[in-house]
Amino acid sequence: MLIYKATETINFAQGELMMLGAFFALTAATVIGLPYWATILFGIAVMFVVGMLIERTVLRPVLGQPAFTVVMVTIGVGYMARGLVMMVPAWGTETHGLPTPFADAVLTFGEVTVPVQSLAIIGMTAALCIVLFAFFQFTRIGVAMQATSQNQLAAYYMGIPVRRINMLIWGLSAAVSAFAGILLAPLTFVHANMGFIGLKAFPAAVVGGFGSVPGAIVGGLIIGLVEAFAGFYLAEGWKDIAAYIVVLVVLLIKPSGLFGERTLKKV
Amino acid sequence: MQPILELANVESSYGPVQALRGVSLAVPPGKIVTVLGANGAGKSTILKTISGIVDPQKGQIRLGGEEIQRRAPDWIVRKGVVHVPEGREVFSLLTVEDNLRMGAYTRPDKDGVAKDIERVFTYFPVLRARAKQEAGQLSGGEQQMLAISRALLGRPRVMLMDEPSLGLSPKLTKEIFNIVARINGEEGVTILLVEKNVKMALGIAHYGYVLEVGRIVMEDTCANLLQKDDIREFYLGMKSAGARGPRRWKKKKQWR
Ligand SMILES: Nc1ncnc2c1ncn2[C@@H]1O[C@H](COP(=O)(O)OP(=O)(O)OP(=O)(O)O)[C@@H](O)[C@H]1O
Ligand SMILES: [Mg+2]
Repeated sequence: MLIYKATETINFAQGELMMLGAFFALTAATVIGLPYWATILFGIAVMFVVGMLIERTVLRPVLGQPAFTVVMVTIGVGYMARGLVMMVPAWGTETHGLPTPFADAVLTFGEVTVPVQSLAIIGMTAALCIVLFAFFQFTRIGVAMQATSQNQLAAYYMGIPVRRINMLIWGLSAAVSAFAGILLAPLTFVHANMGFIGLKAFPAAVVGGFGSVPGAIVGGLIIGLVEAFAGFYLAEGWKDIAAYIVVLVVLLIKPSGLFGERTLKKV
Repeated sequence: MQPILELANVESSYGPVQALRGVSLAVPPGKIVTVLGANGAGKSTILKTISGIVDPQKGQIRLGGEEIQRRAPDWIVRKGVVHVPEGREVFSLLTVEDNLRMGAYTRPDKDGVAKDIERVFTYFPVLRARAKQEAGQLSGGEQQMLAISRALLGRPRVMLMDEPSLGLSPKLTKEIFNIVARINGEEGVTILLVEKNVKMALGIAHYGYVLEVGRIVMEDTCANLLQKDDIREFYLGMKSAGARGPRRWKKKKQWR
């Protein structure tokens, strides 16, 4: 065993994790017949485990390899996930709808009508961001995840069980992606390629701040939502650039990203 | 006295590069032992091998008689061996306080940790003033203080210190070394200290080893090492009286 200082990497399979989460929720709703809220929990729980399994089986063997290798591995995971989903008979290549309790409900404020759907998505996303923020700031495990993503070698020196923490980071990241996928399912529908419209890892990383785990997770959530909303409400073509507009705005306001390093690294 | 930490014929490599070629050394409890050597001699590798960051190919490392080689780094920290790495390696985006908490990661006793944070602030008052600041914003000297404090939070029995003087002014180096000596005296922490500042290291340590290209070539009490011509000439930059060139060569052969 020889532990190198790990470089922070970007997970390019996040969109596919989101897609898988939506499929698990769909299965829970249609096959098991769970109610909406239970399907969300089911999708999140399953993907938490799937995320940890991916870390354990695919990423741990390349631990300590250059960042490029790890990025390629995450891209490979994404391809595999799409391929596997298409092979599952009930999932396949078709587009599915995920039933929600507020499908056609609207709220009217004077002149303005707002679909409850959109409010629910925004509300739940805000709640999740707050919960994640508190988790990363105030819990021992949350701080240890930040520490491990900032300086893996130092984390080893402190006696932080880095492998276990990495596994939890993947579990959490997959669970949050699943949450996003399930929330977005009514807008994007559920299909094997929904990962493309969903989370884009690169803008997500920029928005959140490079090398910051909370940044990547929250940034991914924000980008995914902006894209989906843009695709739904704005004219054709806006969807693809919406994420980059967010990136520009964030870079203008806070060049290091939402959670990024504020100062230059001391040498 | 039985050593608290003992290396027996330890060999470590980085791929094809063999960095340690059979290192044996002993650290008695409650003492400061120093390892001196030039760049690339393998000093950091000794410490990394002890803390489980690098696995040795051969040899044993014993802590209080128990073999600890090839264990996971966090297991070794739990056993009471904490490493203050070369170049400080603080968590630059975490606050000073959170860095200290990470130093105590392996400890379950919250109250004890809070007390210990207060105690390291008495060693390094400047850290108290910076407690809520990101560690990346600290000066190099302050980061070194943080790195030492963070290690103390792990309640070590043995502290491995890799060049705490790196990049510090002579004045700050002196201050840090005073505190290292106090940590050893007041807390009873055994210290294995790697240094290139030979004068300072021999000043506070009890026993010293000289490492050259992965081998121990000399060992003695620090008082005796300070008297040796080779040490004076090569590490302290003092010319000994007389033309000793040829004789030094003979001596050097004996080392190998
Ligand atoms: N990660 C690594 N990969 C490959 N070789 C390495 C690595 N780290 C150290 N080495 C080699 O191992 C040998 C010993 O290195 P080590 O860092 O232990 O030296 P050192 O005595 O601490 O030097 P310095 O005083 O410069 O810190 C050197 O030849 C070095 O080039
Ligand atoms: Mg070194």
